[in-house]
Amino acid sequence: MQSSAKYLTRKGWYQTAIIAIIGGTYILGSWVLNFDNLSGLMAVPRAFGWLGINFQPTAKSVEYLPKIWQKLMQTVLLAISSTVVAAIISIFVALIGSKVTGINGFVQLIVRGIASFFRNIPLVAWSMILLFSFKQSDFTGFLALLLMSIGFLIRAFMEIIEDEASETMLALKATGASYFQVIFQAVLPQILPSVLSWILYMIENNVRDATLVGILTGTGIGFIFDLYYKSFRFDAAGMTVLSIIIVVIGLELISNQIRKVIL
Amino acid sequence: MIDSEDRVIKKPQLPSSPNIKLHETSLSRVMILLVFVSLLLITGFTLTHLDTANVQLNAAVKELTSTLHQMFLQPSTGSDGLGELLQGLGMSLLISIMTTIIGAVFGFFFAVLASKNLTNVYLGTIIRVVMAVVRAIPTIIWALIFSIVCGLGSTAAILGLSFHSVAYLTKAYSESIEGIDKSTIESLEVTGSKFWVIVFQAIWPTIMASFVSWTFIRLEINFANAIAVGAAAGAGGIGYQLFVASGMSFDFHEVGFIVYLIILVTFLLEFIAVKIRHFYLDR
Repeated sequence: MQSSAKYLTRKGWYQTAIIAIIGGTYILGSWVLNFDNLSGLMAVPRAFGWLGINFQPTAKSVEYLPKIWQKLMQTVLLAISSTVVAAIISIFVALIGSKVTGINGFVQLIVRGIASFFRNIPLVAWSMILLFSFKQSDFTGFLALLLMSIGFLIRAFMEIIEDEASETMLALKATGASYFQVIFQAVLPQILPSVLSWILYMIENNVRDATLVGILTGTGIGFIFDLYYKSFRFDAAGMTVLSIIIVVIGLELISNQIRKVIL
Repeated sequence: MIDSEDRVIKKPQLPSSPNIKLHETSLSRVMILLVFVSLLLITGFTLTHLDTANVQLNAAVKELTSTLHQMFLQPSTGSDGLGELLQGLGMSLLISIMTTIIGAVFGFFFAVLASKNLTNVYLGTIIRVVMAVVRAIPTIIWALIFSIVCGLGSTAAILGLSFHSVAYLTKAYSESIEGIDKSTIESLEVTGSKFWVIVFQAIWPTIMASFVSWTFIRLEINFANAIAVGAAAGAGGIGYQLFVASGMSFDFHEVGFIVYLIILVTFLLEFIAVKIRHFYLDR
């Protein structure tokens, strides 16, 4: 029998080992990357001081506001529409590919492969490839966000179907309902709240990602931030960041309220 | 007194009209319908008003196919060479691991202070609001801000990514802490344990599994972000080489090779995450 003292000693050793591994990785990382922890820590207050001085919106920067808002709204609309189109595509693919409603093992394997392929190609690569053929337009940003979202949503929807719909589906199958009756009367109504919750999460995420895509492809709010930032119009850049904060937090609050009602 | 006959002997009543409701109207149903319809309307509006810069769809798709063909079927190391690409990949991976460690340590600390069942409401609310603001600013903007203060390089990338990680993990951890049964905390409180004793003896063991699983999710996100930051802020790592190959030298063979390397690492991270999660869940 293991005495409690022995158990505690072992636990102590075990924890020490894990902390040592993590700490060692960290120190190795700082050494390899030339990351000076002390000056890094000092840079944080300096950055905020710099932000406080330079990013302060002045009376002049109010002039930029209409243009910033126009671009920001455009970005939000783009994020919403790419998420919705991605959701429509993914729900059908997820129905074909999930373990519960799927056609057969081979198709399931292919769907899983496609989903993780789309998900793991970095957004940077998508944006740059699409920029090369679709030129600098909102459509490029839309496609980049769409392809990325599809990968995420297929996986999320498949997990939802497998978690939530399997019992309802068995119940309907037992009554002799056909495949499409099962899908439209049992599976879809059952998973709808969770699907909507995921769509809302993806919209928030896409608004943030749209900034990155915008910087790379020259569209939307990312482009305008990059433009102001690199031409040293920091007051306007500060205004842009402030607008992004307001919109993202607003979206988060709205979707939290919706989630409270539907779940 | 004797009851009248019809009260004693009940006549069979006809069942009420067989009006079976198929769908119950509830607030939740209405809300779902409302949100879906408005999302579809917004999408329809946006797609019909989209600025496409007069791209010829056929030509663009044909070009895209040939680009994808070059990328995925004929990958090559290009002008950078395998050694430099692997070095960049290692750098991105190290950046993501380091920022996840920073995020986990500070995130746990802030999460303990922000959880409603541990601390007072005011402190919790302040931390929550600050973290929501930090989270609302995209990672790339944080990295750009720090790249002015500390110059271009991995330091700016690490600081920028850490900010977002801390805010994200604070929210995730504090949600798991708030899910803890109140009796666990109370039973230690009555013994007169100090605050940090409660945290490390009651809370830490309880949330261990979800802590590990959130941390690994963040590691995967951080790896993707490290590449993005490298590309858009020139902050080092394989992202920068990806940006140069795809946006400046248009060497799509090299882009394909880099993408394959990145996919390999993300699969590896996912595999490790699944293994470690099983290890903690089975205990």
